[in-house]
Amino acid sequence: MQSNFLSRFHIVKKAESTGWKPLFLSFLSLVVALIIGGLFILCLGKNPITVYGVIIDGAFKVARTGAYVFKTIGYAIPLVITSIAVSIAFKMKFWNIGAEGQMIAGAIFASYFALFQSQLPHWLLLIIMLIAGAVGGGLLGTIPAFFKCKFDTNETLFTLMLNYIALSFITYLKDGPWSETPGFPGIAKFAANARLDIVGGVHIGWIFTVVLVVLAFVYMRYTKHGYEISVIGDSVNTARYAGMNVNRVILRTMFISGALCGIAGMIQVTGIEHTLGESVAGGRGFTAIIIAWLSRLNPFVCILFSMLFATLTQGCSGSALLKLGLSPAVADILQGMILFVILAFDFFMQYKIVYRRRNDA
Amino acid sequence: MNKQPAIKLCGITKSFGSVVANHNIDLTVQRGEILALLGENGSGKTTLMNILAGIYQPESGEIYIDGQRVSIHSPEDANRLGIGMIHQHFKLVDIHTAADNIILGNEPKGLFLQKSRFDKVRELSERFGLSIDPMKKIYNMSVSEKQTVEILKVLYRGANILILDEPTAVLTVQEIRRLFDILRRMRDEGCAVVIITHKLDEVMEISDRVTVLRKGESVETVDTASCDIRKLTELMVGRPVELSIDRPERTHSGTLLEIHHLTVESEEGVRMLDDVNMTLKKGEILGVAGVAGSGQRELCETIAGLMPIKEGAILFNKKNIENMTARQIFKAGISMSFIPEDRLGMGLAASMGIVDNMLLKTYLDSPGPFVQKKEARLLAETITKKLRISTSGMNAPVSRMSGGNVQKVLLGREIESRPQVLITAYPVRGLDINTSYTIYDALNAQKQAGTGVLFVCEDLDVMLELCDRIMVLCHGKVTGIVNAADTTKEELGLLMTNAQRKGDSPNAE
Amino acid sequence: MNGLINLLTAAIRAGIPLLFGTTGEIITEKTGNMNLGVEGMMWLGAFFGFYVGLHTDSLLLALLCAFAAGMFGALIYAVLTVSLRANQTVAGLALTIFGTAFANFFGLRMIEANGGMLPRLSAKLSGVLANNPIPLLGDIPYIGKLLFSHNILVYLGIIIAVLAFLYMNKTRIGLRMRAVGEAPATADAAGINVTLTKYVHILLGGGICGLGGAYLSLAYFDGQWQNACVSGQGWIAVALVIFANWNPVKAIWGTLLFGMFEVIRFRVGWLRIPPAFCDMLPYVITTLILVIASIRKSRERRQPMGCGNNYFREDR
Repeated sequence: MQSNFLSRFHIVKKAESTGWKPLFLSFLSLVVALIIGGLFILCLGKNPITVYGVIIDGAFKVARTGAYVFKTIGYAIPLVITSIAVSIAFKMKFWNIGAEGQMIAGAIFASYFALFQSQLPHWLLLIIMLIAGAVGGGLLGTIPAFFKCKFDTNETLFTLMLNYIALSFITYLKDGPWSETPGFPGIAKFAANARLDIVGGVHIGWIFTVVLVVLAFVYMRYTKHGYEISVIGDSVNTARYAGMNVNRVILRTMFISGALCGIAGMIQVTGIEHTLGESVAGGRGFTAIIIAWLSRLNPFVCILFSMLFATLTQGCSGSALLKLGLSPAVADILQGMILFVILAFDFFMQYKIVYRRRNDA
Repeated sequence: MNKQPAIKLCGITKSFGSVVANHNIDLTVQRGEILALLGENGSGKTTLMNILAGIYQPESGEIYIDGQRVSIHSPEDANRLGIGMIHQHFKLVDIHTAADNIILGNEPKGLFLQKSRFDKVRELSERFGLSIDPMKKIYNMSVSEKQTVEILKVLYRGANILILDEPTAVLTVQEIRRLFDILRRMRDEGCAVVIITHKLDEVMEISDRVTVLRKGESVETVDTASCDIRKLTELMVGRPVELSIDRPERTHSGTLLEIHHLTVESEEGVRMLDDVNMTLKKGEILGVAGVAGSGQRELCETIAGLMPIKEGAILFNKKNIENMTARQIFKAGISMSFIPEDRLGMGLAASMGIVDNMLLKTYLDSPGPFVQKKEARLLAETITKKLRISTSGMNAPVSRMSGGNVQKVLLGREIESRPQVLITAYPVRGLDINTSYTIYDALNAQKQAGTGVLFVCEDLDVMLELCDRIMVLCHGKVTGIVNAADTTKEELGLLMTNAQRKGDSPNAE
Repeated sequence: MNGLINLLTAAIRAGIPLLFGTTGEIITEKTGNMNLGVEGMMWLGAFFGFYVGLHTDSLLLALLCAFAAGMFGALIYAVLTVSLRANQTVAGLALTIFGTAFANFFGLRMIEANGGMLPRLSAKLSGVLANNPIPLLGDIPYIGKLLFSHNILVYLGIIIAVLAFLYMNKTRIGLRMRAVGEAPATADAAGINVTLTKYVHILLGGGICGLGGAYLSLAYFDGQWQNACVSGQGWIAVALVIFANWNPVKAIWGTLLFGMFEVIRFRVGWLRIPPAFCDMLPYVITTLILVIASIRKSRERRQPMGCGNNYFREDR
């Protein structure tokens, strides 16, 4: 009888919910996630409220050494840019999970100028590095797009592979050609001339980011290119029927997506790390995919989620949490839990469960 | 013999979102009979049968199998009740062998797959006179081979209630005859058979009774012997049809499109069009008839510049369009509204609203990098009014509109682009009769304005009434171009199957 | 000759941990789900396997717990993707973030509990996991060293891969599971419970990934916990799935080749190949394989068709 009872429930697709409901559900999912995270903290024998307090403090506090919030923003910057980058590709249903590698490519291209052309005038150098980063990331993004167009090669797997290849390339540069002292791995710190300026407490990358978010939003929503991307994402056949050159759009879009990732890599390397190392992407490319998805490919919402993730990571990295006996890894555990809950709640935005009554006894 | 009907459906209702696909439908099928489920596309035949097969769950209603009240929650339940359904779109695993597809879900007992499964399947196929190679992979098979596998799948399960969803659309005459023989044999063995179709001659040939659906409702059930095609048509379309579609006199002269020795191959290198010669004149409606898959789609796409020409030439106003892009061809005045099986796959962007869909071919015309929506909005409002499109808003995704409205959006846009050549395929598929007439009128208006209309359709009756001339395709070859006023359905039917024996020979053993 | 044998032996030991993750992911993908959480599940297996091994001295219990831990990670993924139809890529990445963090967090606590020292398995358990030659067979010259002188987990990995191959290709349930992965609607219409099939195999695959993690934590570093014991191996395993064309037996050779590149990087100074290129080469080859398969339009040597899309019966 039990199974009979269960089988009367079944799942149907909802007409898209509109208005405040999705926002409310998003908010609710965040609350539930924090409660579950709190339970986890409780299991560790800590007071969740204290811990959350410490995290918020660690992410936003103003201290003698400078406001923590600037660090948090600094952490969020590459997340925002890469998540809008993959959003553009995802809109076209091109599953670019190579943001990691494209960031690295951008960082490598930019680093070349930082290391070997640092005598150039500061602003010229920065502009050249920005362009170099975009070209580097863009080229790496175009390769899988080319094979997708030509042979229908699976782009998910291809971009994934390029991540590793790009990463080993840094190791190669570090071990040999670009190493500071021959025989020892490691690349020199960039000269001050090749570092991003600080504007309002955070490196100037934040201004780029704001500009890029607005541009990306306008690009996707209002331009002819954005229109083409949407149509291809809907149906390649319709796009061909409309006379679009589908291959050209795919290549162009993936160049843009890769270029944005490359810019993120350039900003990370010149704004934060000030040298080229294997950690330059450090999983941000993957986090960006999650952010893009959670934001439903809306660049402005990408900022919110990037800040949320940055808050967690930055807030957990301080010493205050260590004093409580919690290592920074707790940030990622909480992040994972939040993701699980949000992903689960997503279901209720798209489907509803109906119960079918039987009219006989 | 069990006196209870094999299938009894009472008051079945099923809707998808706001679209009611089945409304309060009753149906009975006895053992030892073949029931034809007749209705236009979109009348809810497939949905109803999918409910029996456990694919969809009805919102309300009762199902009795052999007199027992049952609830079918999954295909597995259906299977257990002896219900086997052959879907219109084959449900096969492409990279598996025929045998593995046939036994899937019902494999011989034991942990391991036995080599003997291939022999078993061979035996089964020979018993029913259906020859297949059990070890052949599905992706290497022709359409009719795939259907044979589907039929064997059902037979293998020992299903005694058999449902076939438009099984003849892709078959040759001989194959249809063989299929009908099998169905008769199964009926004589006491099975209940339901065949979904909208081909009236087949209904008359194979069925014992006919249940007619219209707009999701069951209209009537009649004994086949006691009625004729005309009566069935009336039941199907809902009123005594005068079937009087206007055919205004041609008032223009001159040739728009000339096609010479056109040969086209698919990406896989299969010849889809073979030495096609035809002309399309100003102000005429030229019908294109043929069994599904005879090259209609390829003809449309080639003219519209979406498929490369292998040999031959297409002249539009005496100019060769071979090296023009789809966009240039559209600009020159050839417009295509192709309505494929899945309606939204080609021609419209499903997640966009009407306004954005209006822009599909014209978005590049405005200067600057931005899409200009003002004109598109006006256009959207115009066609919405003209063709009486019902929608919840100009920006609501077209995927949420009903099939008929989607088609109106598509056709409306093409007509409003004022083409010289309008290619339209299956424009009335799935539409109710009133909407269909709206569209016929729109096409006639185009004709009178001097447009050459290429009208691909599956309904010969409509073509005979509407078109000026009808071209018949069979396996990519033109088997005849006839004057609609001087021909009959029978003649067209003959032409449609004419070259089949020849065309089929490469696949024969 | 001895040098070559040493090299091959080292390649086997370096490669086989990947085999678990690869086999697990092949099973998962064959049922139509791409789970990018391999790294996370391996981490979970690594931690729980080690933790239980440390406290019980029992290899069997350690492996069982590692398996269960991998399954737990896979369960989260399965609930999200199969029941709640969340995006597979995103759910997998979330699992990797979670599993990695979880193992690192509790790994640190384990070190703290050990007075700040890296915990080490008991001599007894380490002995069981050592590279002990099999009696008699291990004495055969060359071959004995090459094939019969490894730790138990090496054999376990190969056995699991071969069994997985037989299971998927030769058994009834294997046929059903492949059908689900290729064409869920077809399998559904054939009366196969798609949801159950997916759950079972995602969990099975996750469990096997967990074992791969346990290999790394228990045996790879001679019984000492390392805070970076899995780092990246799960991702390599995902690459190997492509390399192996979704075939676990080919994956055995694939892991050996990948293992070879890993050990060779320290031994090719005289060839003047930069070691980083040895790291890169497996991925370059994998990419080439991917591209060649697509150029040939191979219908069978590609990711199962159902991968990436969640199945909903009433979609239309």
